Amino acid sequence: MTEYEQRSEVSLIVNGAARRATVPVRRLLSDFLRHDLGLTGTHVGCEHGVCGCCTVLLDGAPVRSCLLLAVTVAGHEVTTVEGLTRPDGSMHPVQQAFVECHGLQCGFCTPGFLTTTAAFLAQRPDPDEKEIVEAISGNLCRCTGYQNIVASVRRAAELLAEQDPVAAGAAVDGSGR
Amino acid sequence: MTTRQFGSPIPRKEDPRLVTGNGRYLDDLTTGAPAAAFVRSPHAHAKVIDIDVSDALVVDGVLAIYTYEDLDGRVAEPLPLLIPHPGLTHPKTPYPLANGLVHHVGEAVAMVVATDRYLAEDAAELIRVEYEPLPAVVGVAAAKRADRLVHADVPGNVAGRYVQERGDAREEVIAAPHTLLLSLSVERSASMPLEGRGVFAREEPDGTLRVYSSTQTSTSVRAALAAKLDLPLDRVEVIAPDVGGGFGVKIVHPWPEEVLVAWAARKLRRPVAWTEDRREHFVSSAHEREQEHLVNVGFDDEGRILGLDVQVWHDNGAYTPYGLIVPIITTTQLLGPYKPKAYRAEFWSLYTTTVIVTPYRGAGRPQGAFAMERTMDAIADYLGLDRTEVRARNFIQPDEMPYEHGLTFQDGRPLTYDSGDYPALLDKLKKLIGWDEFETFRAQAQAQGRKVGIGIGCYVEGTGVGPYEGAHVLVEPSGRVRVATGLTSQGQGHQTVFAQIVADELGVDLDSVEVVTGDTRRFRYAVGTFASRAAVMSGNAVALAARAVRDKALRIAGEALEADPADLEIEAGVVRVKGDPQASIALSTVAVLANPLRYAFDEAAQLATQFAKGDISKPPIGDDDEPGLEATDYYSPLRSTFAAGMHAAIVETDPHTADIRVLRYCVVHDCGNVVNPRILAGQIHGGVAQGVGGALYERMAYDENGQLLNASFMDFLMPYVTEVPRVEIDHMETPSPLNPLGIKGAGEAGVIPGMAVFASAIEDAEGFVLSRMPITPSELYHLRMRHAKGKVPSLRRKEENA
Repeated sequence: MTEYEQRSEVSLIVNGAARRATVPVRRLLSDFLRHDLGLTGTHVGCEHGVCGCCTVLLDGAPVRSCLLLAVTVAGHEVTTVEGLTRPDGSMHPVQQAFVECHGLQCGFCTPGFLTTTAAFLAQRPDPDEKEIVEAISGNLCRCTGYQNIVASVRRAAELLAEQDPVAAGAAVDGSGR
Repeated sequence: MTTRQFGSPIPRKEDPRLVTGNGRYLDDLTTGAPAAAFVRSPHAHAKVIDIDVSDALVVDGVLAIYTYEDLDGRVAEPLPLLIPHPGLTHPKTPYPLANGLVHHVGEAVAMVVATDRYLAEDAAELIRVEYEPLPAVVGVAAAKRADRLVHADVPGNVAGRYVQERGDAREEVIAAPHTLLLSLSVERSASMPLEGRGVFAREEPDGTLRVYSSTQTSTSVRAALAAKLDLPLDRVEVIAPDVGGGFGVKIVHPWPEEVLVAWAARKLRRPVAWTEDRREHFVSSAHEREQEHLVNVGFDDEGRILGLDVQVWHDNGAYTPYGLIVPIITTTQLLGPYKPKAYRAEFWSLYTTTVIVTPYRGAGRPQGAFAMERTMDAIADYLGLDRTEVRARNFIQPDEMPYEHGLTFQDGRPLTYDSGDYPALLDKLKKLIGWDEFETFRAQAQAQGRKVGIGIGCYVEGTGVGPYEGAHVLVEPSGRVRVATGLTSQGQGHQTVFAQIVADELGVDLDSVEVVTGDTRRFRYAVGTFASRAAVMSGNAVALAARAVRDKALRIAGEALEADPADLEIEAGVVRVKGDPQASIALSTVAVLANPLRYAFDEAAQLATQFAKGDISKPPIGDDDEPGLEATDYYSPLRSTFAAGMHAAIVETDPHTADIRVLRYCVVHDCGNVVNPRILAGQIHGGVAQGVGGALYERMAYDENGQLLNASFMDFLMPYVTEVPRVEIDHMETPSPLNPLGIKGAGEAGVIPGMAVFASAIEDAEGFVLSRMPITPSELYHLRMRHAKGKVPSLRRKEENA
């Protein structure tokens, strides 16, 4: 056993459910979510915090899960793209908007855009174009040229506004409730 | 009537899965599997003296460590040369693991397999490799100089040389009233999909080797692995799962890692997975674009090109597994929509001690368009003509189609344009961007102390190269329509567009059609996704297969309904006699009837028995018939079909900081009949973003030792949303006469003229000549200073204005 493989127990809330696992202390949150919890919707594009594919919500705020160790988020709430989907299986308005506006092509960067957008719109329900651009300016996409992603964020804001504000807030409390 | 799906901007069938985290990309399949990690060369060029794995072997969890000495059979041979060419006189391909020599930073030297990736990397770090460094050869100039050789047995570092000529271009240049000589350079960039490469192999209990790879060609990976591992083809299955972007880089096959992972899985009798990390992608996959061009052009007083003599020096990196494809495409597609009286192109493909060069979206066309369009701008400036006027005077006219250039294209077939209307495209573009009103805008901007410029770039793109694609269409007794094509997908929406085509051809609801791509268990013969060929090739293949199924369905239904098949139609999955709604039979029932063995598994089968009309004088299956409502067909074109487009941009350059802002970006585009306008627009948006990246941001920064200094997303500057302009698009549809659906490819269109357009626009804003791409604000600033000292020539039109 190398010294790197010291293990530690991690308890946290993921997508509204309590999860517990014993993992090596060096395990990245991204790898923990993907390979220990089987939540492969979170993607890893660069492993140095630049591309944003691995963005998840930590207590409602976007973070790069490739830059965090799993053991450091013990006791916190994490929301992944799987957690945006409503408990009844229906799509979150942000997910729906990306489908409607062709906001994705290969889909690899998409989970990062979706989580980032969900958190952004919860804070800023009626953004202008400049604010939208600012909000997603830390995420790389190699397929779409971003034009339809900007349109998707705008459409998501409309869809959220059509629903009641309580439902809109559920995106960021991490519970999906 | 059922709504026609072809041409409809419907949302993609793929998306609900992908937005909910239910995509299945390569690494998603590997949970729990042993993982591979590679020791890669830190030197650009070196002898491998010794590899000491003793410290690594004791790391807990290590299952195996392999170096070249451990490889056996054909795995120990160099990787295949995929595309030989008479001009490729000195081909070189790498060994899967270095055999005593390394030729670029990142070349694999040793492979570790451990119970997980963390442990595999621990062990890889403990492997000690002793190298004897050799001189690096970096860049076209060093390769041409050839005082240092990349491969000792390749004189002059020349992998290949090739000449194509029509007429006597050199004589025409000499005889022309006017001549210009332009030296034009393009730097390296790369496809850079957000998902890197990856491969996962496991031996099934029945002995079949199943391999998942993030590839653009699963059928060819299968053939390559079967050959390398000396396995019968039917013992190997290769599946491309969801692929997180490719843009060309994933067409290369087999990668060293694909061979090694599959080989190790058989050796170890355990699954083995390898997921590339980002640094590995930078230093061990493939790059493109770096080329030097010398254009010698002769033209008349009207700006018509009489002789065009182009020399190209192409940096192919350390090896040539993909042959000479990129410079061949540059030197044929450079011609764009123009018809010079005589043309000569000569290229040299040169080795350097850097990552291999294989097609990246555009595949040599962006460089060709850059060279040709710079030349057009230079002629216009020299003669004092409008840049669009010079282009118009050189266009191939619609009534000259099909137009034969007298050259050979990348597919080995004559370079013959099938259709297109370039004058109409130019008119549309000028209207869209307001070309004729620009000088008014410039004057207003100037009055405010602002510098603005307008630029243009035209191109013609050979798309849908052969030799073939095929498809299988099956109507199940449930009514579900299952479609398979061997061609892979990397995000272009194939599951949607192929379903649209089949729904129309067969007369069924879109929701009933399910498409599978890139799975050799479902379809065994295919070429792959590249060269803007998927819609043309597999699109027509699924149409032909669906038509065959339709014919069969009408024949069977005709027998059941006692009607002439010519009097039948299919709508919403029901076959009926035209004008007689009562005489009908569901397609699902026809599917049951198509198989004379009918156990009544379900109601459909029970229902079908009432239609069963056995002719006891004939066998249940006729001589040329097959059971099942299904068909396979192939589409194989005579030659490529040629799409075209023109882009224009308006840029603003900061008078003080030289910052470059894109104010407008307009695209007119003609790819024949459009299957899904929304998906087409997405392809163009994405291509333009890569064009912006290639023109203004992206370059591979190699130092003179062959170290890639910017091998991370921190330093290799791909555009974010803040860097990409809003794209304004107008379309034309000139159907291709070459294929049943009349379509042309569109995947690469957006990126092709990017560098040409920005060079044209920035030059127009600044008033001096640009000859190198990409260009950053810092470089533009230095060019301004050199221009001020008279070291960079002014545009003539700006001198006259001054």
